[in-house]
Amino acid sequence: MPYIIIFLPLIGSVLGYSLKSLGDRYTEVITTLFLFLSALFSIIIFYNGIVYGEYGNYKIIEWISSGNLKVNWSINIDPLSSIMLVVVTSVSSLVHLYSIGYMSHDPNKPRFMAYLSLFTFAMLMLVVSDNFLQLFFGWEGVGLCSYLLIGFWYKKDTANNAAIKAFLVNRVGDFGLAIGIFLIFNYFGTINYNEVFTNVAEQSAKEINFLGLNINLITLISLSLFVGAMGKSAQFLFHTWLPDAMEGPTPVSALIHAATMVTAGVFLVVRCSPIFEYSQVALNFIAVIGMVTAVFAASVALVQNDIKKIIAYSTCSQLGYMFFAAGVGAYHVAIFHLFTHAFFKALLFLGSGSVIHAFNDEQDIRKMGGVWRKIPYTWSLMLIGTLALTGFPFLSGFYSKDAIIEFAYFKNSSIGYYAMTVGIVTAFLTAIYSWRLFFKTFHGKYNNSDFPIEKTHESPLIMLIPLIFLALGALFAGYAFKETLIGHYYLDFWKNSVFFIKEIEHSHLPLWLILLTPVLVIVAVPLSYYLYIKNTDILSGIKKLNEPLYNFLLNKWYFDELYETVFVKPVKIAGSFLWKKGDQNTIDRYGPDGFSKMIKYISNKAVKFQSGYIYDYAFVMLLGLSFLLTYLIIK
Amino acid sequence: MINIELGHYLTLGGVIFLLGIVGIFLNRKNVIVILMSVELILLSVNINLVAFSTYSNEIAGQIFTFFILTVAAAEAAIGLAIIVSYYRNKGSIRVQDINEMKG
Repeated sequence: MPYIIIFLPLIGSVLGYSLKSLGDRYTEVITTLFLFLSALFSIIIFYNGIVYGEYGNYKIIEWISSGNLKVNWSINIDPLSSIMLVVVTSVSSLVHLYSIGYMSHDPNKPRFMAYLSLFTFAMLMLVVSDNFLQLFFGWEGVGLCSYLLIGFWYKKDTANNAAIKAFLVNRVGDFGLAIGIFLIFNYFGTINYNEVFTNVAEQSAKEINFLGLNINLITLISLSLFVGAMGKSAQFLFHTWLPDAMEGPTPVSALIHAATMVTAGVFLVVRCSPIFEYSQVALNFIAVIGMVTAVFAASVALVQNDIKKIIAYSTCSQLGYMFFAAGVGAYHVAIFHLFTHAFFKALLFLGSGSVIHAFNDEQDIRKMGGVWRKIPYTWSLMLIGTLALTGFPFLSGFYSKDAIIEFAYFKNSSIGYYAMTVGIVTAFLTAIYSWRLFFKTFHGKYNNSDFPIEKTHESPLIMLIPLIFLALGALFAGYAFKETLIGHYYLDFWKNSVFFIKEIEHSHLPLWLILLTPVLVIVAVPLSYYLYIKNTDILSGIKKLNEPLYNFLLNKWYFDELYETVFVKPVKIAGSFLWKKGDQNTIDRYGPDGFSKMIKYISNKAVKFQSGYIYDYAFVMLLGLSFLLTYLIIK
Repeated sequence: MINIELGHYLTLGGVIFLLGIVGIFLNRKNVIVILMSVELILLSVNINLVAFSTYSNEIAGQIFTFFILTVAAAEAAIGLAIIVSYYRNKGSIRVQDINEMKG
């Protein structure tokens, strides 16, 4: 059965695309059907894992066997990968279904569906891997598919640029990951998880010389791996690609940039928890980066106007949550948040896709408003998504987000308290920007002069059904799996797939902490309604007073501009110097171009010999004869 | 009074031979002149043959001269015939115009 789960998406992708001449409908049906089957089997495996503890390692084929490097293609089913399987396949299958409706006007449907399936396959390979090399294969596979899907509308320049940007930024992160894997192979002599993880303790005191610095080996490995995770999960400094990636079609944003691919970084950190646990430096670094990302992205999301960009920054911010959860050592909570987040973020993205559809491809929330009666289903589904994201009590986001804050508190260290504070502040910011998005989109005055309100329309059923499933997940996933995943007996489920040197102790939680976040979240609802709908003067007043701050946030802390001047421009100058002066003026000039010029010149001269006049030929013959004779005589 | 020795004959033959060759190369006008130059070359060879034959008292050289004369006459006839037919086809026998061998 594990084989079926992994390979159905690949088969669907290949079959669907190669037989696309049978019609768009054929590709859509076959890819979606295969994905649903795969999701079904994933759920069965997850269930068997919880109830009967059925886990195992299934070998597909031996891949590399060279010296002491032995790597297999294999499927490793353990608690961590089984939960990831469920997340990936279920969200992916719903997105497939949704895409049938959303992309119905697109001429390249088969290509789109094939890419989606291929992406799912790569992601599955990543999560079920039992060694770092297969992980890297999946890692690059999802990177490639992300590039293809962001640039799906390749006729749009912005889409192409965004795709290239995503690919390049990821490449920087992948470099870190590759370094990490090299280090592991160099010092451990293997890249299979089991063998590496059992040997970490022995190596934990080792210091190595790296670029002239003496540094702890485990710390160095952890940091390198984390750089990879930062790239893929769009953490602070590497986040620039994620908002731009919204150029892709909305289902892509939902699948890749909310539910699955960007979580690969979190997955990597959790998967390598046996390594990270031995390096407090790396864990603190992760926590700090996570916190900075959470606050940074939330602050930017407050002022953005593109509906998808707000949600993209929100994703960034939530990933920050997951990372600082991992950084304080609560790996299982990080995965729990990943699990719940996948549902409500996919719901929000697909819901925003439905909104965009309703407004005939309008994405600016300033040009929306007042339509909640016109599109009641989308409205109510978005409401559920927003509630879940903000962590409204008893929805799924509530359980996971509060758990993160609690565990940060339990950590009982300064970084833990920082994390807790940041968590609470960010939760409040999250609530504000989510409700701002919600109210500006659906309530207040209708603001779009180009598109009359009568024409806004509800999405077709095929787009609403996936939303309903996701909404169920957003409503109940937190409550249903809370006990299993992060309850008192969580180790019964996780077994040895996450590792703690010292378990975080569940002591008694002070009442104010239990109440603080939900209260803030609930207060944010009327507050943002008042600020964004009832009385907008206050906000515009604040905006005027803090013009520089507002611009700072609106321009995303000027990160794009900073990177433009620090990295892009110098590289561009260096590149054009090497191209013009180095390549064209030196190598080409004296190399290939020079040779061809010389040959042309010589042959032009040589052509003159062949005049066609007999006397010329006779003369040459005579010359030759006399040379020969002279030579013979002298000799 | 100088004695006319073998060397003089050979010099005469050489001079005529060179005249013939230079005639071929320097002549840019008329194909008939080329034909005449070829005759001159043959003639110079004949002089050489006759000179050596008298010098070494060997009659074979002089007999050979007759053969060469015959061949030269035939060659001249054929050459002129070619020129006539070439003129009919191309309308010119100027040497500049004959460059069909150019690729």
